[in-house]
Amino acid sequence: MRIVCPFCGERELGEFTYLGDAKPVRPEAGASQDEVFDYVYLRDNVAGQTSEYWYHGDGCRAWLNVTRNTLTHEISAVEPATGAGARQVAK
Amino acid sequence: MKYSIFSLVRAALSGHKNWQRTWRDATPKDHYDVVIIGGGGHGLATAWFLASEYGIRNVAVLEKGWIGSGNAGRNTTIIRSNYGLPGNTGFYELSMKLWERMEQDLNYNTMVSQRGVINLYHSDAQRDAYARRGNTMRINGIDAELLDLAAVRKMIPFLNFDNARFPVQGGLLQRRGGTARHDAVVWGYAHAASALGVDVIQNCEVTGFTRDANGKVTGVETSRGKIGAGKVGMAVAGSSSRVAAMAGLRLPIESHVLQAFVSEAIKPLIPGVMTFGAGHFYVSQSDKGGLVFGGDIDGYNSYAQRGNMPVMEDVCEGGMALMPMIGRVRLLRQWGGIMDMSMDGSPIIDKSPVDGLYINAGWCYGGFKATPGSGFVFAHLLARDESHGEAARFRLDRFRTGAMIDEKGQGAQPNLH
Ligand SMILES: Cc1cc2nc3c(=O)[nH]c(=O)nc-3n(C[C@H](O)[C@H](O)[C@H](O)COP(=O)(O)OP(=O)(O)OC[C@H]3O[C@@H](n4cnc5c(N)ncnc54)[C@H](O)[C@@H]3O)c2cc1C
Ligand SMILES: [Zn+2]
Repeated sequence: MRIVCPFCGERELGEFTYLGDAKPVRPEAGASQDEVFDYVYLRDNVAGQTSEYWYHGDGCRAWLNVTRNTLTHEISAVEPATGAGARQVAK
Repeated sequence: MKYSIFSLVRAALSGHKNWQRTWRDATPKDHYDVVIIGGGGHGLATAWFLASEYGIRNVAVLEKGWIGSGNAGRNTTIIRSNYGLPGNTGFYELSMKLWERMEQDLNYNTMVSQRGVINLYHSDAQRDAYARRGNTMRINGIDAELLDLAAVRKMIPFLNFDNARFPVQGGLLQRRGGTARHDAVVWGYAHAASALGVDVIQNCEVTGFTRDANGKVTGVETSRGKIGAGKVGMAVAGSSSRVAAMAGLRLPIESHVLQAFVSEAIKPLIPGVMTFGAGHFYVSQSDKGGLVFGGDIDGYNSYAQRGNMPVMEDVCEGGMALMPMIGRVRLLRQWGGIMDMSMDGSPIIDKSPVDGLYINAGWCYGGFKATPGSGFVFAHLLARDESHGEAARFRLDRFRTGAMIDEKGQGAQPNLH
């Protein structure tokens, strides 16, 4: 597996760290226990195409949003993860 | 067929041409009292304990491929009971005791070899942690010995003791730990369960559940048609989330890939199972002479049953740090299996919120050693509708109530367990 970082180009996997599924969104401060439980512990654990966070620690140190197929490891898109800094640089 | 020295001699005298199948390759019936999904070690062990301990023999094990094609046939075969937290300590020792009588129970040579497992320590802090773990084990009646440097030098003289960064200081030894032949465990349970009337059905993928008006599970839909069931137990390891999703459930589990490696065969070298405490590397030597080793999971979600180069490099570096001389040994094979990584690193054996569906999952990279114990307590749950005492903490709702069993203290980040 290699990831084409939008800032650094194609790099080997060892430069990146994995966080996981990009779908769960941290609940608001006043959220119910159920919502927090769901966010922290439950996973869709998708078999197929999924979008997930990777960190390019040995490169530009940007967080990336990678669209990858968990059945084949095929990567179809890599974008800067949402965040003011990444958005600015990507422009 | 009953195996003994006499059956072996008889077969040898007739040129080994008259061996019979060890188990019946069954075709599905319309209905069973209990249907187990997954013909790995855990599913087959569950069926055997249901039939032998709980008298429930109208049982089917449904396997989508061939039995043992999942993690049961892909693991590095290490068995041990050196866990530190309540819930795990007793359960894994129950499993170890069942390993010790497995071959007699099943009338099958599963090559259980109690050659010892030693976890090496490389710092004062690690020694203290291992001393504590060893004490926990001994308080619970499990064997554990804390070895100092001299004792380790005597036992494994070829280690790189003076590694400047990670000097070996000693180790925690469990002599009753060791290895077993993984395929033989699968075949042995299939053999013994089949003899008691259990149907072991291959090439039968579960694709859905049938439910009654109240939502109770009444059976499964499969690639070989509908099969009715009084109760359904799932023991599908890396596929747990996918099968649970068919019943509308989301689990506290992520699927990750773990790799294993085998070197070319060399003369006997490694006395038992050893682990490098400063990185993540574990190794034993197979009876054929190959070094069997592994380390960390790759760290990203995967269902692909294959891993990538960074972990391969990391594992080999761990091996080299401990035994620089293996640098000249060639790697023969490498493969991957899909782990059901739970949110606290411990298993789940419980009723599911769906009536009639029971869950056995979350084994992470350590479920081979659990095979007999898991089968026993899961059979108990299915037969009695209540948890076996040693599995009472492996509840599905512990993530909600906060009663986690987190040996590593990593929190809800499965790729760190
Ligand atoms: C590389 C590697 C090394 C390991 N090393 C060790 C070790 O040294 N010690 C240790 O204790 N543990 C180890 N493990 C972990 C251990 O192998 C697993 O935790 C354990 O085997 C899981 O239980 P099982 O045998 O029932 O799983 P599996 O053998 O994976 O059984 C599950 C079965 O379910 C089937 N299935 C899935 N979906 C369906 C469906 N829809 N319908 C029908 N069937 C289905 C699969 O085909 C599979 O055969 C290792 C694992 C790997 C991959
Ligand atoms: Zn980059």
